[in-house]
Amino acid sequence: MSQAKPDGVTPSQTVGPYFAYGLTPSGKYDWNDAFNNNLVTPDTSGERIRVEGTVFDGDGVPVVDCMLEIWQADAQGRFSDPQDKRALPNSSFKGFGRIGTDAKGAYAFGTIKPGVVPDPDGKPQAPHIVLAVYARGMLLHLYSRIYFDGEAANAADPVLALVPADRRSTLIATRQPGNGNPVYRFDIHLQGDKETVFFDV
Amino acid sequence: MTLVYPVQSLAAHPPRLSPAYKSTVKRSPTKPLIPMRHTLSELTGPVYGHETVREGDHDLTIHGKGEPIGERIIVHGHVLDEDGRGVPNTLVELWQANSCGRYVHVVDQHPAPLDPNFTGAGRAQTDAEGYYRFITIKPGAYPWGNHHNAWRPAHIHFSVFGHSFVSRLVTQMYFPGDPLFPFDPIFNSVPDEKARNRMISSFDLENTKPDWALCYRFNIVLRGRNATPMENK
Repeated sequence: MSQAKPDGVTPSQTVGPYFAYGLTPSGKYDWNDAFNNNLVTPDTSGERIRVEGTVFDGDGVPVVDCMLEIWQADAQGRFSDPQDKRALPNSSFKGFGRIGTDAKGAYAFGTIKPGVVPDPDGKPQAPHIVLAVYARGMLLHLYSRIYFDGEAANAADPVLALVPADRRSTLIATRQPGNGNPVYRFDIHLQGDKETVFFDV
Repeated sequence: MTLVYPVQSLAAHPPRLSPAYKSTVKRSPTKPLIPMRHTLSELTGPVYGHETVREGDHDLTIHGKGEPIGERIIVHGHVLDEDGRGVPNTLVELWQANSCGRYVHVVDQHPAPLDPNFTGAGRAQTDAEGYYRFITIKPGAYPWGNHHNAWRPAHIHFSVFGHSFVSRLVTQMYFPGDPLFPFDPIFNSVPDEKARNRMISSFDLENTKPDWALCYRFNIVLRGRNATPMENK
């Protein structure tokens, strides 16, 4: 198919305040969910975890019309995408989740702790989940990463190393006390003193 | 081998802080974003099966018990990357207001009627060459609270995935010749006029279906990978 080379990408625009019925209906609208916040399938191996938090704006007000998407490797560090040439995934785990924040600005994902993924030099990265943040008032989504509390590999992670030391904690989900499957808290601050680190990718 | 998406492509996007669109003021980061190399985590992305897009999901006029009110239109186009290559088998999601400019979302309470036969959500997968097609109703303009007498030009929201998590795009498709363009801070948040115009669909007489529906064409350009692949370990 011959096609003239375009003169650039289509610009991004905000998801606006009304995306829920199309992108995250979750039973509230007459439309089905293509994706939800539970990534775990019956044959998924690995440690079950819950990642939860609240999204805040620059005034510290919870953002109630925010959409979050996550993308991650399985417990063996492999992606459910043929572009990951290392091995075929061994389960129906897709590694992608989506949710809209609730009336308190809160969100949660049920997933598994991802394995180790190499960086472009083949060095191991600490376990992490890639996060994309969309909302009314955001003309272009933001990318961040969720790392895990108490993970020894964080110290040698090549991406965390790019982040000023005093801001690194904004990328590390904190393990919550309790029994059962681990719960990690990862609040997102779009702006302000506690502003989450976002990446220019 | 890993293909890398140059960040220069992002220059076409609006600045995150665009004060004329007031909601950006408290929702845009004030600290610089941290540059990093793309790793497999950024260069891969979700893949869908046929279970994600059902038959009829692309036709928003058949989701109710009867036909929705309004001007039936066909919206179709090519999802391609900056290098001009079609993006096959990728998910395209769409949502929009009804012909009166009213969204089914519970927060939209402006005085315009809901249409019991129109939800306004659809989904399609591009074909092997990157083409998609929807049938819908032309959405109306609607008022919003950004400033006095603020109205959004008629638009359709699009969400597209592409080859990787960093090629993800959410945008809005506009209709040609809309008199509201000069007054809309969201449309005008894109600084470059040529880039702005890439968000405007074109009237497509050739693909209009006689006695049935007018047609608009909206090509969607995602980030391209380097023409010369960079070899990585």
